[in-house]
Amino acid sequence: MPAPRARARVRASTVFVALLRRDLRVARKELPFFLLRTTMQPLLFLIVFGYLLPKMGFVRAGYQTTLLPGILAVSLATSAVQSVALPMVQDFGWTREIEDRLLAPIPTWVVAAEKIVAGVMQGMIAALFVFPLARLIMGPIANLSFGHLGDVLVITLLGATAFSAFGMWLGTAIEPQQVGLMFSVIISPMLFLGCAYYPWRGLDAVPLIKYLVLVNPLVYVAEGMRAALTPEVPHMPLPVSMFALLVIAALFWLMGLRSFRQRAIG
Amino acid sequence: MPAIRTEALRKSYRLTTPIRQGSGVPGMSSGVSVTRAGAAPPQNGGREFVALHGLDLEVGYGEFFGLLGPNGAGKTTTIGILTTRMRASAGRAMVAGADVINDPVEVRRRIGVVPQRANPDRGLDVLENLVFHAAYFGIARAEASRRAHALLEQLGVGEKAGEKVDALSGGQQQRLMIARALIHEPEVIFLDEPTVGLDPQARLALWAVLRALHREGRTIVMTTHYMTEAEQLCDRLAIVDEGRLLALDTTASLRARAPGGTLIELTLDGSAALAAQGAAALLHVSEAEAMGNTLRVRSDAGGRVLSALIEVAERTGRHVRNVSLEEPSLETLFLALTGRKLD
Repeated sequence: MPAPRARARVRASTVFVALLRRDLRVARKELPFFLLRTTMQPLLFLIVFGYLLPKMGFVRAGYQTTLLPGILAVSLATSAVQSVALPMVQDFGWTREIEDRLLAPIPTWVVAAEKIVAGVMQGMIAALFVFPLARLIMGPIANLSFGHLGDVLVITLLGATAFSAFGMWLGTAIEPQQVGLMFSVIISPMLFLGCAYYPWRGLDAVPLIKYLVLVNPLVYVAEGMRAALTPEVPHMPLPVSMFALLVIAALFWLMGLRSFRQRAIG
Repeated sequence: MPAIRTEALRKSYRLTTPIRQGSGVPGMSSGVSVTRAGAAPPQNGGREFVALHGLDLEVGYGEFFGLLGPNGAGKTTTIGILTTRMRASAGRAMVAGADVINDPVEVRRRIGVVPQRANPDRGLDVLENLVFHAAYFGIARAEASRRAHALLEQLGVGEKAGEKVDALSGGQQQRLMIARALIHEPEVIFLDEPTVGLDPQARLALWAVLRALHREGRTIVMTTHYMTEAEQLCDRLAIVDEGRLLALDTTASLRARAPGGTLIELTLDGSAALAAQGAAALLHVSEAEAMGNTLRVRSDAGGRVLSALIEVAERTGRHVRNVSLEEPSLETLFLALTGRKLD
């Protein structure tokens, strides 16, 4: 039998869009669970630190202004990390479901890049979901400014990319058995020492920690959010946060893609 | 140009720790892992493990080709490399006219793969599994949907289109995998142990599906460690063990190469002792013995010695009551080649 006739190549962008459509389709089906999973913790924080403690008089009135950008940063970061890391751990660990996408006629790194982009979108959706709830829980927030929405968008995009790519690296570099460990050893310290619940300048009182936390990408998301949303609160200069996030995002992007490739191709 | 050609295809792993029996290859938790229970010892003092030692193969278009061997023989590694999911350490491989090492994207476009364990996309329903997979190959939704329905129908799971994947039985999931492998109309289809874990009925049904695909003129490459499966389905077979090609030929020729030849038993109406003496002198008879009324003969010419045997028996005054022939099997060939049983 003769060789079948050759057909035209498929454009990588076409396949990329198809992969993205698949992830969004699945995400839409799971949206309520996704939001519950990723925003429960920040919302509980809002209730305790943004509502209950101020009511009891343990926390000063202006604290909500500091807390809001931090909570948005946490929601963005955790949802972006989780929406990439968890499927990766599952797919490469046991279900092997991703194999149908690894057989798509595109370079393997495109599959990983698409996952990161899908993670960015899910991170942004989670942050957008938390924002009105935060306002609802904490009441009017002093000194909240919508004058720099462009900056908010840039920080959101950079932050989501950094954490989504971080999720790609975590999800492919860590053995499935160690997922629990990953949360307690990496994610939890990151959240608590990420200047989300206090401003970085507040750490002036503890210089050692102030400089140690600079390795934590969440610091730059939270401080960037502060600079863009509540500029009255002392914060790191916005260009510094943006630059740091750009570097971190690029680094994790490379690490994530590399680790994915190692996992995908034996 | 053949559908598949490999030249000195080799796969080795650098090891940090020696292989433990029955464990996967350390440091290689991705791709398709090679489990090597009781397989070849690692070479170079445990530093390197060779899963495939320079494999040379050629498969023509339209062939149903089988890779037969026990677990850990290198079948999955071979398929892994040919389907671009594993990198070869050395050698060359062309699949459907594209170079596996230099142009894996083009290879992926031209092949369909049915994995060892069904791995449908559980986030999607049955139809979506097919339509999205088609989309990854640039096929528009309407066309994809048309093909998906037709394939599901053809594979006997047409009524399951709207179901969740988990609602399908193991056999049905494997059919979904076949439909997925076919939806972009690949030139070569790879199946890696497609019937492992299926009950006998589902296995027979899947065989029927594969035969039908073969009749359509498709090129199929299948790995299996089931002798019967290979014998029933494949035109040509490569017998592999411990990463080496032991034999490569048509299924019929391989079977004929099995030592001892065909076993022929003639039941006579009296003692077969005299007949056995006469039979032993016949051409193509390697062994002849009498067991009561039964004359048992091994022939390297199949049933062609039958008339001569009957003549011998009748010359000794006996009549033949019953005749049975047992063809030489791949099982005996494998045993002769490796000194081990296949399963």
